[in-house]
Amino acid sequence: MTQTEEADSAIGTELAAIELKGIVKTFHSHGDAVAAVKGVDVTIGEGEFFSLLGPSGCGKTTTMRMIAGFDEPTEGDVFLHGKNVVGVPPNKRDVNMVFQSYALFPHMSVLENVAFGLRRKGVAKDEAARRAGEMLEIVDLKGREKRRPRELSGGQQQRVALARALVNRPSALLLDEPLGALDLKLRQAMQVELKRIQREVGITFVYVTHDQNEALTMSDRIAVMNDGRIEQLGSPREIYERPASRFVAGFIGTSNVLSGTVSRTGSGKAIVEPGPGERIMVSHEAVPGDEIELTVRPEKIDVRSDPPDGDGCALRGTVNEVVYLGMFTNYNVTTSTGAEVVVFVQNVSSADDVATRGDSVWLSWDPRHSYVIGA
Amino acid sequence: MRRRLAPYALILPGGLWLAIFFVVPMVVMLSFSLMQGDVVNGFRLTWHWQNYSEGLSTYDSQLIRSLIYGVLATVACIVLAYPVAYWIAFRGGARKTTYLFLILLPFFVSFVLRTFSWKFLLADDGIVLSPLKDIGLLPQDFHVIATGFAVVAGLTYNYLPFMVLPIYVALERVDPKLIEAAQDLYAAPTQAFLRVVFPLSLPGVFAGVLMTFVPVSADYVNSTVLGGTNNTMIGNIIQNLYLVNTDYPQAAALSFTLMAILLIGIFLYAKALGTEDVLEVATR
Repeated sequence: MTQTEEADSAIGTELAAIELKGIVKTFHSHGDAVAAVKGVDVTIGEGEFFSLLGPSGCGKTTTMRMIAGFDEPTEGDVFLHGKNVVGVPPNKRDVNMVFQSYALFPHMSVLENVAFGLRRKGVAKDEAARRAGEMLEIVDLKGREKRRPRELSGGQQQRVALARALVNRPSALLLDEPLGALDLKLRQAMQVELKRIQREVGITFVYVTHDQNEALTMSDRIAVMNDGRIEQLGSPREIYERPASRFVAGFIGTSNVLSGTVSRTGSGKAIVEPGPGERIMVSHEAVPGDEIELTVRPEKIDVRSDPPDGDGCALRGTVNEVVYLGMFTNYNVTTSTGAEVVVFVQNVSSADDVATRGDSVWLSWDPRHSYVIGA
Repeated sequence: MRRRLAPYALILPGGLWLAIFFVVPMVVMLSFSLMQGDVVNGFRLTWHWQNYSEGLSTYDSQLIRSLIYGVLATVACIVLAYPVAYWIAFRGGARKTTYLFLILLPFFVSFVLRTFSWKFLLADDGIVLSPLKDIGLLPQDFHVIATGFAVVAGLTYNYLPFMVLPIYVALERVDPKLIEAAQDLYAAPTQAFLRVVFPLSLPGVFAGVLMTFVPVSADYVNSTVLGGTNNTMIGNIIQNLYLVNTDYPQAAALSFTLMAILLIGIFLYAKALGTEDVLEVATR
């Protein structure tokens, strides 16, 4: 059972935490209508770590703001635990948000910040302070209760923002690029930390990011967005291994896109034969003469000086560039079909590189690692 | 050496200016307030502290009236200025500068002239009151000019921009994300305003109060033009003592009395508001 199937079955047994149906959002500026979100349908399961991933301007933040209630959809419906919340103001929605800039209240202490939501919900002062203190313990900020936000480091402010939202036990937590302002080391530490906290509290996380590594590391499922639409929805593994579009292939990691004309087919496979001894095979229903585009990830490809045995994929090429990266060596190869292909070869032995710049080489990979785009 | 002297060199012109035109007159006035005599025979420094006690006992009602008018006009300024500043800061959009310019536009006309135009507008048979009287909405003997109300209204009008600007500056610095965060944390719009926006704008209100209350309490133009004989403020008394009676010692003593009262008032006000907090937010 894949992670997606697990998530799907979870959805089947109880109400989804969040459901977006046909969401469209159009902004009007200077008389022009600009569509930020052009029809998004997605169901997010209870307790899921769900990421909206995409470049800036793809509509991911707008989508999240519609869940929070800061923007209302032009068309479509937003359901929280089966209840349509379109028209319900943010203060009456049972979701909380962690802002990119944290948006901590500067005139309040850390404890007052964290207790703010509970107090507004009518929890008594002592009880609110007690629960806020507990939550600060979970995010490892015990002892900083009386500080003002600006007396804390960026990472600590980030955790106050997280505690301030989580202490309310919302039905979903929305995080808007929450790690964007932190440096790389802290960011990586916080990724692990966020995942731990999410497991601990068991709350649905909707995580907006443009950082594919972040999304791949933490998510149960990822929706890759582009130009106001979801390009692909799936587990990190599915998104990475089987990109559904050229956009996803290019956006997630490094990907090689090969194209060619199908020359033979057989037992559900399409075969492209660019030259003698060369063949690209892929699971795909096609007829000879079809033009296909397929992807293969750089680390799946092997570089060798002689033609490979067996019936795997094989392609001839010339090395353009060899870059030693420590754990990997990065080969840049121009294939006989004219495509630029990137190959990562793990440096298992300390021997010399298999090829140097200008060498003629053979690229080979297992046909199971190539996928037709848009299939 | 040069580096260390540079900051002092920079404050030298302003420092000299203040020393010559502020500190020296203050010392001169302070000594005047303890003198006796008249213009013809000259004044002598006799450490005559009675100038203060006499001033207080003779003009106590004008002093109290000035402070009451000062408080009323300042409160009226806050009430009127806050929504304007709020609207410009959060709803002004691309036209903020235009609106701020409009707020400052009255400064292009002389202060005294503007106050006189009020007298013209609100005269008993002026263009506002006489039509209302003609159609019977107001009794024939109704008047605005020569009332305390007219003076406070004039003061409020004249000093309103000094309240709008600092409040605007404070509100402008409030991150709109903080309001969203408050709403996200279950605060209704009024709660978000009271618990987040308003506390963060207090430094602006504080500055606005300083910039209005002090000059308003010492103002004499508005009560001269818009007030009658029953609405005299301490500023009028001091002006009269100086220019008409040439009783410089009494005038100087009253000036220092007013200054002391205002300083104490501001100190108490800052204490009550928690200046440390205010300054902390202001320097954030």
